[in-house]
Amino acid sequence: MAEDVAEAEPVVAPTLAEQIATIPGVTSVTVQKGEIVALAEAAAIVEVATVLRDDPRFAFEQMMDLAGVDWPERTRRFEIVYNLLSVTLNQRVRVIISTDETTPVPSVHGVWPVATWWEREAWDLFGIAFSGQPDLRRILTDYGFQGHPLRKDFPLTGYVEVRYDEDRKQVIYEPVRLTQDFRSFDFLSPWEAMTTLPGDEKAYAAREAARKEAKP
Amino acid sequence: MSETEITAPNTKIVEIDSHAINFGPQHPAAHGVLRLILEMDGEVVDRADPHIGLLHRGTEKLIEYKSYIQAVPYFDRLDYVSPMTQEHAFALATEKLLGIEVPERGKWIRTLFSEITRVLNHLLNVTTYALDVGALTPSLWGFEEREKLMEFHEAASGARLHANYFRPGGVSKDMPAGLEEKIAEWAETFPKFIDDVETLLTGNRIWKQRTVDIGVMSAEEAMAWGFSGPCIRASGVPWDLRKSQPYEMYDRLDFDIPVGRNGDCYDRYLVRIAEMRESVKMIKQCLAAMKPGPVKVQDRKFSPPTRGEMKHSMEALIHHFKLFTEGFHVPAGATYTVVEAPKGEFGVYLVADGTNRPYRCKIRATGFAHLQAIELMSKRHMLADAVAIIGSLDIVFGEIDR
Repeated sequence: MAEDVAEAEPVVAPTLAEQIATIPGVTSVTVQKGEIVALAEAAAIVEVATVLRDDPRFAFEQMMDLAGVDWPERTRRFEIVYNLLSVTLNQRVRVIISTDETTPVPSVHGVWPVATWWEREAWDLFGIAFSGQPDLRRILTDYGFQGHPLRKDFPLTGYVEVRYDEDRKQVIYEPVRLTQDFRSFDFLSPWEAMTTLPGDEKAYAAREAARKEAKP
Repeated sequence: MSETEITAPNTKIVEIDSHAINFGPQHPAAHGVLRLILEMDGEVVDRADPHIGLLHRGTEKLIEYKSYIQAVPYFDRLDYVSPMTQEHAFALATEKLLGIEVPERGKWIRTLFSEITRVLNHLLNVTTYALDVGALTPSLWGFEEREKLMEFHEAASGARLHANYFRPGGVSKDMPAGLEEKIAEWAETFPKFIDDVETLLTGNRIWKQRTVDIGVMSAEEAMAWGFSGPCIRASGVPWDLRKSQPYEMYDRLDFDIPVGRNGDCYDRYLVRIAEMRESVKMIKQCLAAMKPGPVKVQDRKFSPPTRGEMKHSMEALIHHFKLFTEGFHVPAGATYTVVEAPKGEFGVYLVADGTNRPYRCKIRATGFAHLQAIELMSKRHMLADAVAIIGSLDIVFGEIDR
């Protein structure tokens, strides 16, 4: 990620990025592949969102998307990504906050009403709670579904399967039974995954240095 | 389906003021599997609560377990009315993370087929929308015209609907000989068809009574509710990603953006009709500008070698095998890449972690935002108007439910 920052040199973006960095609550702003990415404090998201919408320098009238991302190895495992668009100034920004399984995030549905369904979706698929959101029902999964399927620890096959039972004349839920074990391949070949061999550290360091030099 | 129950004994109340209606999930005007709970005040809609997810297939989860090439076909199955534009968003996102550049002919083909797909989508929407409101003829005519476009899809990709044609790095193969002429021929005759549809609808008294001033969205409301595409343009916001944030070859094309004024159902229809005319203009320009050349990146790490090459070259065979088993590895990073799909802004938020599979692929479905506003739009309208509003929003559940 750090390399991306160095590579990207858009013409207009830096000034906007610098301006966004001055908003209280925004912790850092980077430009990745020409896209402005702002990290913010979760507790201050409503204030940040209000400034981004109302300040004429930003004028992000539209919230186009809210995406959750699960990083189970982090202590605050969920990233919540807001993709904002300004129609008047033709610019975009991505605001990222993070939270854990138990801490709710303030809802931004008061700033952009469209956020309600995106937040319901994030709650449904990741179990990210949004405080102040009056309508936090599930949205995409089945009625009575349990669990949050887009978490990395939720299996791809799920836990229950549905079928119509001819005898009982109704749709029934049963635990998933796989006729063949679920197969997931990682294609990291042992030669690529093992970067250093014992006793080979010096050669590896030289190779890496040469690679870095060749890159720019 | 009415849930009104009068339980008290020995009472007779005849008048029913408020009741809830279950609209769908199996209803021809629900455009798929929309379950809409309508709280009615007589014939007037008081509250509309859409229940979605009946077509949820877990596309985003599935993509996390597939290589980048295997993920492409899932995008066809989202909005199955305009398959290629969605592949486009994913292909552009992957290319952005990989840092590869598509050759010129590949870009022209993509632009051409994006516009063909736009006509394909608008044809279905306008005609079935008319069907919902009671006009049968346009849909009978429109499906015939759609079939011609499907044949172009089939000639290029081998499939009528699920094309799997736009790949990261270009398109899967070049257009067959003679297809350009066929498309050019079609582009000459098609404006006549739009005129015919317009004679049926645009001035039609019944059509106007059913759509004018129904489901009005002001420009401010449209922006607050995340509208995009024809729906926001009908509200008077001149916003089109093809002009404002051009991708592929759109900056080289000469076209206009039709903008509505009132933001009602009638304007959304008019914008789509005008967009079809613009698309035909663009298709002609694409055909005129196309030159022979490669259609995908020539780096064999990203695009497969030809069959012929594989017969002679061991290296080509290895590349082919590696590409279709392991796939390519995408450097770590994230991007939110958007295209102007026929329905509006279709975006892919792609997070790569350096392996051959996407770490996260969030799909920004256009209709998801549009459908949410249905409560606002149908409030204090008649029940039949709710049907017109659903039709005018261009809703396809493959995309909304993912």
